[in-house]
Amino acid sequence: MSFVHLKQLDKHYESEADCVIALNRLDLAVEDGCFLGIMGPSGSGKSTLLSILGGLCHPTTGKVLVDDIDLYGLRSEQRADFRREYLGFVFQSFNLIPYLTALENVMLPLAVKKLPKVEKNRMASQVLDRVGLSHRVGHLPSQLSGGEQERVAIARALVNEPPLILADEPTGSLDIATSTEITKLFRTLNEEGQTIIMVTHNDENRPYFDRIVVLRDGKIESDSARIPQMVSQVG
Amino acid sequence: MRLETIALNNLRRRKSRLAFLVAGLLIGVATVVTLISLSTTLTEDVQNKMESYGANILVTPRSDALSLSYGGISLGGVALDSQEIRQADLKKIYTIRNNKNIAAVAPKVLGAQNVRGQRVLLMGVDPEMEFKLKKWWKVNGQPLATDHDLVAGASVARSLDLAIGDKVEIAGETFNLTGILSETGSQDDQILIATLPTAQRLLDKKGLVSLVEVAALCANCPVTDMVTQISQVLPGAEVSAIQQVVKTRMHALDQFRNFSLAIAAVVLLIGALVVFVTMMSAVNERTREIGIFRALGFRRAHVIRLILLESTVVSFIAGILGFVVGMGVTYLILPLMTDNEVALHWDPVLGGGAVLLALLVGASASFYPALKASRLDPTEALRAL
Repeated sequence: MSFVHLKQLDKHYESEADCVIALNRLDLAVEDGCFLGIMGPSGSGKSTLLSILGGLCHPTTGKVLVDDIDLYGLRSEQRADFRREYLGFVFQSFNLIPYLTALENVMLPLAVKKLPKVEKNRMASQVLDRVGLSHRVGHLPSQLSGGEQERVAIARALVNEPPLILADEPTGSLDIATSTEITKLFRTLNEEGQTIIMVTHNDENRPYFDRIVVLRDGKIESDSARIPQMVSQVG
Repeated sequence: MRLETIALNNLRRRKSRLAFLVAGLLIGVATVVTLISLSTTLTEDVQNKMESYGANILVTPRSDALSLSYGGISLGGVALDSQEIRQADLKKIYTIRNNKNIAAVAPKVLGAQNVRGQRVLLMGVDPEMEFKLKKWWKVNGQPLATDHDLVAGASVARSLDLAIGDKVEIAGETFNLTGILSETGSQDDQILIATLPTAQRLLDKKGLVSLVEVAALCANCPVTDMVTQISQVLPGAEVSAIQQVVKTRMHALDQFRNFSLAIAAVVLLIGALVVFVTMMSAVNERTREIGIFRALGFRRAHVIRLILLESTVVSFIAGILGFVVGMGVTYLILPLMTDNEVALHWDPVLGGGAVLLALLVGASASFYPALKASRLDPTEALRAL
């Protein structure tokens, strides 16, 4: 049973001069618990695909089903609720809020949830502990190293216990050692049952993925599954 | 962690922007508070010192028989005893409903007397009340202290060749001229002033008064109502309001207030523009941040609430500080605007109004930036995605 299902997905960016086809009739199904790596050269449509998966960018045509919910059949505000409940984002440049501490940054997705303060604190502390940052809770992003900021970003994506994590080049701005460390962390999370879709340029990450989809010109160029029984491709 | 935490932390950790926003609104609110508290205090000053500007209610006997003019006002039947007002009845004036507004009741008895071979208008007064009422009287020498003292108007003194310390004989009695009024340019220059009991005795009008001047303490209080109330307790008297005194002064104050409000509105508008521009630039600066909020599942309403929460905090601070600064400025410039010792009132209604005004202006100026922020396309905002 696919957890994420993309059907005949098209995304065109139209301007007066020309029309750029970012995604072209893309079909993809991702199983629950999969660690999917999306790779490909710049301009192949990786980030567009992730934006559409995240409910942030309307496809030109096609459908996105997550847990059988038609993402673009929802109204804009319902999609915001969906993102809050179903998705955890890890951005390329961490995108932490500079004036909030590590703990507060992790608590961000909980800010609009009706939970007791103590409970929010507990959830955020627990997840920071999980990524190995329990000693840095009161620090501002500017006081953290790149790897630590990335861990805070991952903790923020996890705090809501979302079924799906979307990561966009999470190791893009890290050195090799830290990058490997972060990818291992993703792998550990995946082994704990977390479904993860990660866009990456980094070939070093390949061994950690269950499955790798390579895009070129908005189409799937190749789709290799390390653990074939967990992955299926919709034809 | 709630939206409030985000808003407060943003303000706390971006102090210069907070200071700029607060300053923009504070100047507007402080100007409004200064101008309102100034005009209110000055109005109160006029109300409390109304006697300084003369009487505003005149009580005369009800009569058409004879007339004698004083101060350009025709007095009825002063020559007829039956038409005089009984001095004992004057206590009733203090029983009217608006008695708290009465600042002074100055009874007078008037009549002609022969002094040094000339006919002179003699006026008997209650010295305390009369001198309280007529602050513009400047007495060279001493005012009336005893029943044997006289004060002369400037013209009378000149015409009768009177000097301070002279003995003046009236109807066989000798009086000391203790003071001479400086020129007033009014009919007060033409009179000789004695105490009320002395003049009553000399004019053979014991227990009677010819007219009463009443100073009412209020500017906007219903003088006409007080006229009616006094008429009811003194049915035999003609009671009329001299509204001109009050109206002239109040007109000037009204003009000042209107001018103040116009200035305040302009300054407030500028304050609102400062908030608007700063909020707009803050929204532009925070495009990426707002994109993150949206990506993390904040609804548009949450983003609007976040921006408005920040503006509410800014406005609240600006409202309170604006009130304090405004009152401080009033305190500093009030002595330049009035000679009287005026107490500054820390009016909680004005304070509340200042905060409300700041909140209203802050919210109005921030609403569009908030709306703009909420409409940001999260993908555009994030760019990285």
